[in-house]
Parts: sequence; C-alpha cells; structure tokens
Amino acid sequence: MKKLLASTILAVVPTTAFAADKINVVTSFSILNDITANIGGDLITLNTIVPAGADAHVFQPTPETARLVAGADLLLMNGIGFEGWMERLEEASGFEGTSIVVTSAVDVLENEEEHEGHGDDDHDDHADHDDHADHDDHADHDDHDDHDDHEEETAAKDDDHDHDHAEETAAKDHDDHGDDHAGHDHGAFDPHAWQDVDNVILYAEAVAAGLAAADPSNAAAYEANLATYRTQLAALDTEIMEILSVIPEGDRTVITSHDAFGYFAAAYDLDFDAPQGMSTEVEPSAKDIAELIEEIREENIRAVFVENITNPQFIEQIAAETDAVVGGSLYSDALTPAGGPASTYIDMMRHNATTLATALSGTN
Amino acid sequence: MIWDFLIAPFAEFGFMRRALIGSLAICIGSVPVGVFLLLRRMSLTGDAMAHAILPGAAIGFLISGLSVMAMTIGGILAGLLVALLAGLVTRGTALKEDASLAAFYLISLAFGVSLIAMNGSTVDVFHVLFGSVLALNTAALVLLATISSMTLVALAIFYRPLALECVDPGFLRSVSGFSAYTHFAFLALVVLNLVAGFQALGTLMSVGIMIVPAAAARLWSTAITGMILTAVIFAFASCIAGLLLSFHVSVPTGPAIIISAGAIYVVSVVFGSEGGLISSRFLQPQQS
Repeated sequence: MKKLLASTILAVVPTTAFAADKINVVTSFSILNDITANIGGDLITLNTIVPAGADAHVFQPTPETARLVAGADLLLMNGIGFEGWMERLEEASGFEGTSIVVTSAVDVLENEEEHEGHGDDDHDDHADHDDHADHDDHADHDDHDDHDDHEEETAAKDDDHDHDHAEETAAKDHDDHGDDHAGHDHGAFDPHAWQDVDNVILYAEAVAAGLAAADPSNAAAYEANLATYRTQLAALDTEIMEILSVIPEGDRTVITSHDAFGYFAAAYDLDFDAPQGMSTEVEPSAKDIAELIEEIREENIRAVFVENITNPQFIEQIAAETDAVVGGSLYSDALTPAGGPASTYIDMMRHNATTLATALSGTN
Repeated sequence: MIWDFLIAPFAEFGFMRRALIGSLAICIGSVPVGVFLLLRRMSLTGDAMAHAILPGAAIGFLISGLSVMAMTIGGILAGLLVALLAGLVTRGTALKEDASLAAFYLISLAFGVSLIAMNGSTVDVFHVLFGSVLALNTAALVLLATISSMTLVALAIFYRPLALECVDPGFLRSVSGFSAYTHFAFLALVVLNLVAGFQALGTLMSVGIMIVPAAAARLWSTAITGMILTAVIFAFASCIAGLLLSFHVSVPTGPAIIISAGAIYVVSVVFGSEGGLISSRFLQPQQS
C-alpha cells in the first residue's frame, strides 16, 4: 500500500527489506493480537498497540505507537468504543491502510448503566441497533420486578438464560452516581465481546477476511488457518461449558471488581456483579460497600474475584465480612505476558472458567 | 430509628467499625499536629508536604507493589528528605520557608511523576495510592495506631519548645540551640501523620483532617490545650458524621469526612466565641 506517502513521521521510519513480502498488520490489544496470530501465522508481520498485561482503558499513545500505526497495511481493532483513542491515532499518524472493526458481525450487548448522554456518533457501524435509541424506559432502574423489557434488549443470544440479572443489579447501585465511569467510558455498549467464544469465531472470520483482502496471494492459507482455529474455538466453547457445569444452579453469581464479563455471563449462564466505582478513580462510598455486602449475604454468593488492576484491599474486606472466598484472578481485557496463566486467548478463557468453577463449586 | 441511623451501620458492618477506629486513630495524632501548624502559621505547609510524600509512596509501589509497608516507608522518606532540605535552605539562605518548601515539593513531585511514567506502568498508580478508610486491613490499622501513639509521645516531649516557638520563635532561637531540632522533629511529625492519613483518606483529604478542625477550634479557644481538645472533639465528630453521611447518602468517605469538618468550620466562623463573625462584631465592639 501507499504507506510511504503517509506523513512526515514516516520519513524516519526504517522500512525493512523483508517487509515487502509480508503485510504489516497492527492490532489494537493483546487478545485481538493472539487471534490474528492464529490466522496470519508466519505470513504476516504482526504488532500490537496495547501490549499484554497493560490496560487498554487508560492507554496513552506514544510516538512509537503512531509510528507503528503509520506503517501498517491493515489495522485491526475491537471497536464498540473499546479503543477510544484509535480514531485520533489513525488521523494523527497519517495511517493510509485499511482498518477493520472485527466486531461488526457481533450482536452487541448494551451497557445498562451508561445510557444517558452518549451520542451515537461513535457507533455508526452499529446503526442496525436502532431499537436501542429508545432508552427512556430504562431511566428508572428501580423497577426490577419488571424484567421483560430488559430481556429483549440485553439478550444478545436467543437462549433463555436469565443472564441480564448481573447488569441490572449493577445498574441499581448506580443511579445516584452516574460519573463513576469517568476513567472507563465505553459509551452505551459493552465492548468486551471476546468474553463469548462464539463471538471470537466471528472475530477470527473478520480477521481472515481482512487478511485475505489485503494479501490475496495467501488467501487460501488464511482460510486454512481459520478452519483450524475455528475447530479449536468450538472445542474451547464445549470445554468451558463442561468446566462450568459442575457449578450448582443456585451458586452461579460472582462478584468481580471490573464489569467486563457481560458476554461471558450471557453465553455461559452465570451472573457477574461488580462493586461499581472500584475500577475507576472514584472512591466508593460506604453505602456502595454496604449494599454489596448485603447482596452477598442475601444471595449467598460464594466467590469474590480480584483483578490485578484494582485495589485488592476492598475485595479482601468484603470477603472478610461475608462467607464468600476470594477466588483468585480472572483476566478480562488483556492477556498475561508469555509464560503467564493467560498468555493466549484460549488459555485465558480456560483459566477463567477453571478459576470460576473451582471457587463456585467449593471443590478447592 | 436513631439506632438504625447512628448505631446499626457500625453494628452490622465490620468495615464501618474498622473505618471508625482508623479515622479516630488518625485524629488523635494529626489534629494536635494541625493545631501547632496553625499556630505557627504553617497551615499550607501540610498541603505542600502531602505533595512531597506522594511520589515517595508511588516509588514504593513501583518497587514492591501494593504493600502498605513499602508505600509508607517511601512516603516517609520522601517527606523527610523534602522537609530536611527545605529546612536547611531556609536556615542557610535568604529564602523564606514557604519558598524553599514550595520549590522542593514541586521538584519531588516532578521526579515522582517522571519515574512512574518512565517505568512504563500503565496501571494508574494514583488509583492505588488513594487510600480509602473503607479498605483498612489490620496491617494498616496497626500502622495508624502506631503513628498516632508515637506522635503523642513526641508531642509530650516537645510540647514546651513547640509552644514557645508558636508564641515567639525568636526567643527560643536566642536562648537555646534546641530550636532547630524542635523544628525538624515537628516537620517529621507532620510527615508521619500525613502518611498515616494518606492510608485512610488519600493525600488531599489527610491534610484536611489535620487543618480544618484546628482552624475551627481556634475560633472557640485561644489556649493551646483548649484548642487541641476542641479540635480533637471536632475531628471525632467529623469522622463519625462523615462515615454516616457516606453510609446513608453514598458520598465517598474521605470527602464526606472533610465536608463534615467543613460544616463545623463554617458554624465556628459565624458563631465562634473567640473571634467568630458575631462575637467580634457585636459582643466586643471595642476591638474593631
């Protein structure tokens, strides 16, 4: 592609000789990077913007990042507002390749607590979600008895799991402090779509299509890699179901510190509840903590999970006040560096499922 | 009704009891220090020291992760270093204390921010650094109680020279070489108590619990002992009110405590018997 025409920044980019053979692919974050690596293999030069172990929410682009993007033939991103910095980065770097949003085929879940005040301008690619425009019926989150109107809008899958519960209870705690998500604002839709393995098959298909379009000579190889990866993902999906099947029906509610598991909850019939405010700069109030503790006591929740990016002292306090155990780490937004327990997407999902099953079934 | 409102939150939830104990422990140490700060016209020094501590704690976090000990030691070292350097410059050069302190705390802050950025940590360190009185574990409680006890002992030892310096700093300096030591020991107490408050209230709010009750107490009493007692009572009341406010109305706890202290301060400004608006305007017209 015409990458050398891009910008003055490009004047200092050393273009390596072998790069002519392989297309330059840049992904926005580590999970998408792993998916792309499975499709592209050795046929592409692959780089990621937000590396493993780093938090895409608070990511700050550096000149290095701009150089990476400027040199890319193909830019792959999650979309749904996950990479809020991407649009400016594309412009600022003078990127002239093709950019692909890999979630364009995914059924997007709504973020219940973030209805107000978010324009749809960031979400043009989701124009088919017009039914979400009518948010007024959510304005009053207090009527939790009336679940039916939520059911249609939040259910991405057509199965009849009662999975929207977690989002609703989260929304309940939220009515009176709408600014909690100052540091973590994805807009009206939940971007963590990769937490459902079925969606990642769609990711992989979008990646394969993008690679084939950018590099037609290797299209057959990408197609073959996609077929292999699809088989692995389907096996993973079955495996997760099996791992989670040991959890008794009444014990399927989990507390985490970051509300990133909406898709996982929907796909695998679990409820995730997050003590809101903990994943942001905003300090939670005593009322937030007390409500959470009461919920854990009343609903007999078995496990509380710590994520490495938030203050574990809160979670420990909450666990100390209830019968819940602190159940280890779940990985949501980033892979661990190589050698960690979640260094690939498949490992991450398997790790999460195993950790959940161990904590919730009490077989630890 | 009153039970539900005042007692039940503490009876029902362990984290509220810990928060109460932790915040009262902070009051016992930092409020008397705040009174002396106020009397020595160094109220804003507390704010400057809080900024000087922050980078030290951040470096402690970068070195050994989320450890109360590492962050506390880092904060204390950074604070003491800044206090010492600023004191030396003040006593050795033409610069006044406020100017030298401002220079050093800004330099310290800049170093801290650069170090964090250069280490490439994308985890927002300040999330972690902002303590919360709701998340006090046993180690943090022991630390708070220790610092408070040490502060009380140190104040008992230094009470006389400190009081003397408040009244007439020139006098003590002229009759005794003790003045410089008193000054540094006092700044060390300020640093220790800010670090303690920092665990529970976050940096900015820990200055608040030090200064605001002291300012309010000044409007009710002119004697040092009277001021300290009044200020501690005000601070206790603010902590209890703040925790209840946070519990019932869902305000973040640190700010809720300082808002409560602020309310006491406003009432004191208007009604205070020793120089409040009403008393100085109407009751003692000869003074104006």
